[in-house]
Amino acid sequence: MDVSQYLDVFIDESKEHLQNLNTQILDLEQEPGNMDTINEIFRAAHTLKGMAGTMGYKRMQNLTHNMENVFSEVRNGEAKVNAAIVDVLFQCLDALDEYVSNIQSTGDEGDNDNENLIKVFNDFLEGKSSEGEAAKEEKSEAKEAEPEKAAVAETADSSDEDASWKSIKFAESQLVVMKEAIKEGKKVIGLTVTVQESCILKAARAFLVYKAVEELGEIIVSNPSAQDIEDEKFDLEFSLIVISDSDIEALKSAATNVSEIEKAVGGYVQLDGAPAEEKAVEKNESEPENKPAVVADKKPSTVDSGANAASVNKAADKKKPVVNRTVRVDIEKLDDLMNLVSELIIAKNSLVSAATTKGASTNNVNEQIEYLESVTTNLHESVMKVRMVPIESVVNKFPRMIRDLQKKLGKKMELYMSGEETELDRTVVDEIGDPLMHLLRNSADHGIEDDVNLRKERGKPEAGSIWLDAYQDGNNVVIEVRDDGNGIDVAAVRNKAIERGTITEEQAASMSDPEIINLLFLPSFSTAKQVSDISGRGVGLDVVKSKIESLSGEVDVKSVYGEGSKWTIRLPLTLAIIQSLMVVIGGEKYAIPLGNIQTIESIVPDEIRTVQQKEVINLRGSVIPIIRLNEVLGCESTRKPEEDYIVVVVKKGDVQAGLVIDELTGQQEIVIKSLGKYINKSKVISGATILGDGEVALIIDPNALI
Amino acid sequence: MNEVKVFSEAIQYIKIEVGEEFYGVDISIIDNIVRMQRITRVPNVAPYIKGVINLRGEIVPIMNLRLKMGLEEIEYSKTTRIIIIKTENFGKIGLIVDAVKEVVALEEDQIEKLPYDNSDENHFVNAVGKVDGSLVSLLDINVVLYDKSSREEA
Repeated sequence: MDVSQYLDVFIDESKEHLQNLNTQILDLEQEPGNMDTINEIFRAAHTLKGMAGTMGYKRMQNLTHNMENVFSEVRNGEAKVNAAIVDVLFQCLDALDEYVSNIQSTGDEGDNDNENLIKVFNDFLEGKSSEGEAAKEEKSEAKEAEPEKAAVAETADSSDEDASWKSIKFAESQLVVMKEAIKEGKKVIGLTVTVQESCILKAARAFLVYKAVEELGEIIVSNPSAQDIEDEKFDLEFSLIVISDSDIEALKSAATNVSEIEKAVGGYVQLDGAPAEEKAVEKNESEPENKPAVVADKKPSTVDSGANAASVNKAADKKKPVVNRTVRVDIEKLDDLMNLVSELIIAKNSLVSAATTKGASTNNVNEQIEYLESVTTNLHESVMKVRMVPIESVVNKFPRMIRDLQKKLGKKMELYMSGEETELDRTVVDEIGDPLMHLLRNSADHGIEDDVNLRKERGKPEAGSIWLDAYQDGNNVVIEVRDDGNGIDVAAVRNKAIERGTITEEQAASMSDPEIINLLFLPSFSTAKQVSDISGRGVGLDVVKSKIESLSGEVDVKSVYGEGSKWTIRLPLTLAIIQSLMVVIGGEKYAIPLGNIQTIESIVPDEIRTVQQKEVINLRGSVIPIIRLNEVLGCESTRKPEEDYIVVVVKKGDVQAGLVIDELTGQQEIVIKSLGKYINKSKVISGATILGDGEVALIIDPNALI
Repeated sequence: MNEVKVFSEAIQYIKIEVGEEFYGVDISIIDNIVRMQRITRVPNVAPYIKGVINLRGEIVPIMNLRLKMGLEEIEYSKTTRIIIIKTENFGKIGLIVDAVKEVVALEEDQIEKLPYDNSDENHFVNAVGKVDGSLVSLLDINVVLYDKSSREEA
């Protein structure tokens, strides 16, 4: 059985469930008695367990199993959620997260058993008042069975993946029988037998399996019931609990010796796990469908499952699973795409016929070209939509982070988020998490005042507030991180900058406050008086800035000392295709992204002044430095000196600059292509695009010029 | 890349002409050979980088091998070709050569490894192959592509 093909889905879904669990447990912390939340957590944990089991990740399965046990008790009102267990649950989620990351990078879950967590869970379960004794008793029974289990751990492990026998419920009387059997030194074995899909007489085959197994031991539980099996009321698999003197292998081979049996998997029944499982099954009757669904997908093979599992491991070892990055797409979006593609084909055909018709009128062809244009524009939009995902997946983890920080820093704070549904390109969403985390941590650590009294003096509520707001603004998405904390101490930054030699005192005197604040974005510049493990190592803001700039975005900060700071991140909606202004400089074609452009001006040569050896123009009251692009690009301008200059005014944050070009050719939608690694040294050129005639035009990055 | 392989099967080289000499390029790293076409200049790069071309929708940087080897640039002629090589580190890169001659197959015993020589002229060549009485210098493509600044980037 090869499960590697499900790896992508598994990782995606696990992350989703973990995120869900994080959110729910946070809710639970607020409202420990909320049954809906508890049920939701239980379901998520259960699904996660099932998935991990199916994929053969035993440790992960084990941990989720224990977690599920805790919730099963909580759900039954037999245990109460307290702060301690919430902390452990979060640790548990972190551990699970680690498993998933391990799986993602190496294909293996790693070898951390997280026994301490499991022990805490067990202690929690034992510690609960009601039913405590029974539970303990069962546990000690289980411990007795432990050595046996260890001896055959190999086989038991490998069968874990399809262990639907594990979800069998036991009646009280059956438990007693099993305990007795164990005391007598017999083995209690769970067995799940899968019949081949092609099998016609399933009931007959099952009957033969029954008979074969009964020769070796006593069947005490059957799921579905013997009657149902006889009536063929079962899918492809059925499970048995057998008390026997023989070992698992004997039972398995007895079952697989019956023809048309695809496989039999089994393991020793652990009595301590059973009661919890029982409850799991009751509430989640619909749940087990997950497992059969996967089973049905597998190609029939009669090899015993031990060997199968081994081959899975081997496969995982061999090719390090390079997990593809995936986007889940709404089927409607795909339908739209399909429709547009068919329109595109129609447009092409019309164009062909318009061009080949005798005496083809240019009108007709033009009409078709217009049609083609509208189709491609729509197609572009649709494809972009497909690539868009809500930033929810990234920001959802922040409430948890703030909660942890709150504990660590001993400050009270609240995170308010809005606009989680704002959509961004998948590549951007993947990258934006770290910078946002930096900013939030920054706000939590340095922003919110350490001293509650100081907050009171300033007339602020005791608990600090941090806001994370996202919204769309034209062709940009804006994400704001705000806090009502201390704000940036401009004087401190100024002194620090002078102390570090970043700027001289004269420079400092002439710099405005915003300019000083911008110094924070320089590498290795941290004003935190103390280095904490949360932030303050001076590797924060410059990383934030360079990351966001690599996504063609910009970051900006506004701060009032004593009142708080606001960080604004502005990101383009899409990366691959942009609107740009096509210009000619020295006979060469270049593209300037439209997003950067403020205005285009015609300037008489006399209007150019020189200030501090730099050429500037006075444009409606503001002085703007001008950059002669032909000099930057190393080519000869084709314009005569006495002609008016064409100046493209671009903006980066609050700074403007005028780019002198030779000629404007118009606006065009261009597809950005990389220049490749070999010549990426040219900072002014951010990429290239291919024009309609196949020629390459370079894209100028105005941000690098300012 | 064009080290001598252990098995005795012949290695195929594309024989190219640059200046007055013939060079061999391991065929396994060649992606394509195209005719001269319009090259878009890229500002502020090394002089031997002529710019980029559009190779079926892909932007490929182009290097003039003559310039890289310290020869005079000559006008492109009918025989001028761009050989597109595929590299692990940099993706596709095009080399402008004076002409592409033929494919030669060299057995192991036809190849003579050159000792490492620091002088500039032999820098690009790490072995010499003997075919029908004439000699073909085998290019060490890593050295050809080596560029101080790009090395720092990588």
